[in-house]
Amino acid sequence: MDLLEPTRQAFALLFSGDRELWGIIWLSLWVSVAALALLAPLCVPLGFVVARIHFPGRRALVVAMQGFLSFPTVVVGLVLYLVLSRRGPLGAFELLFTPAAILIGYMVIALPILMVFTVAAVQGADSRIYETARCLGARPLRAMATTLWEVRFAVTAGFVNAFGRVVSEVGCALLVGGNIAGLTRNIPTAIALETSKGEFAYGIALGFVLMVIAVGVNVALAWLQGEGGLE
Amino acid sequence: MIKRIVFTLLTLLCAATAQAQTVRMATTTSTANTGLLDYLLPKFRSRTGITVQYVAVGTGAALKIGEQGDADVVLVHDRESEDQFVAAGFGVKRHDVMYNDFVIVGAPADPAQIRGLKDAAAALKRIRAAGSAFVSRGDRSGTHLRELQLWRAAGVEPKWDGYYLSIGQGMGTALIMAYEKRGYTLTDRGTYLAYLKKTDLQIMVEGDSRLNNPYSVIAVNPSRHPRINHAGATRFIDWLTSDEGQRAIADYKVGGAQLFFPSAK
Repeated sequence: MDLLEPTRQAFALLFSGDRELWGIIWLSLWVSVAALALLAPLCVPLGFVVARIHFPGRRALVVAMQGFLSFPTVVVGLVLYLVLSRRGPLGAFELLFTPAAILIGYMVIALPILMVFTVAAVQGADSRIYETARCLGARPLRAMATTLWEVRFAVTAGFVNAFGRVVSEVGCALLVGGNIAGLTRNIPTAIALETSKGEFAYGIALGFVLMVIAVGVNVALAWLQGEGGLE
Repeated sequence: MIKRIVFTLLTLLCAATAQAQTVRMATTTSTANTGLLDYLLPKFRSRTGITVQYVAVGTGAALKIGEQGDADVVLVHDRESEDQFVAAGFGVKRHDVMYNDFVIVGAPADPAQIRGLKDAAAALKRIRAAGSAFVSRGDRSGTHLRELQLWRAAGVEPKWDGYYLSIGQGMGTALIMAYEKRGYTLTDRGTYLAYLKKTDLQIMVEGDSRLNNPYSVIAVNPSRHPRINHAGATRFIDWLTSDEGQRAIADYKVGGAQLFFPSAK
């Protein structure tokens, strides 16, 4: 099998601004970012509370969340499929095979990642940060923000991790999105199905973009962290 | 002594691999989704001892797999690309195996009012005019290629935002998506019947001669890919087109209905 020719075609496709190809890339990006943006205001404060406050069942909750970290995304897809199908409990909303379905799937996948990273970050922080802030007259919310700011790099690492997981996962997006051209076809589902059609150029082009995104996000994080990330 | 044990083991291993001969087949999703292959292949194995491993993709992809020598035999359904495949020297010879037909199925509400039409192209024209959801395989399968021929016959470009859904997946998925989206799709009758309980789709258009769906089996050309199992592929083709194979195809029923009709000459 010739590798060079499809690769050449792949770059020709990318740089010719192929609308369908860039539409696929755009869908992958916006759904991933939107899922994380919607989760952030929920997961970060919740992670803080779980880390700081002792309540019955807390340990079980943390263990459960850590377990969900390695939950197969295709199973998330399967459960969501059954829930969103017209014969499922939320069938009336007709969400199956829409971008919204993928968005929900991504949120389910990203939630435990964001929670676990935030909990670990806050637990790792010096508890005196919070207490000092309180002593200096900060309200609890303000003291929470101060603590989170101090551990922002560790929390950000959670977002990068979650982004990397959702942007590259294929099982859930394929099941609940359905790989509809121009509607729910994203980078991983397109790669999977274009390859099975023998359209290698398309697969290579998209695979290349996916790797650039993954590396780019990590470089951006390292840059953001600056010295702080190394201490 | 050790030499002897090793020799015996090697002989046994050779015997075992010879016993467990396999043929690799690339085929269409319709033969797999209907359950036909899982019914036929064990019969072939008990007769010959040969296991057939198959990948179920669209006809276009199946032929591509054959072209690259990643399969020994292909079982597909698009006359035009089959003839090209053989003419280009990728396949040895085309053998008729069986046929069924395509039908246009849709949601019971029938928003485009095509129920009972005898002209498939006219039905597609109405679906387009109504702007109803239409699920297209979009994977260069035999069904997809036939759908495109019908759109050409209808003189309509199959592209309308948000409702012409090109999914790049198998027939079963297309049927389920047509059900979820309350739309229409073109399907082979076999897969439709096999999925009857999973959707509420009904047959809207049938009987147009442009909806005939013949399947054929082609051995991949061994002179291009010397390492493929051509002998096994030939035995499979011989069996499939024999009286026994043809009778087995005719006997396969889902819910009491025959899905494929033998057509070997």
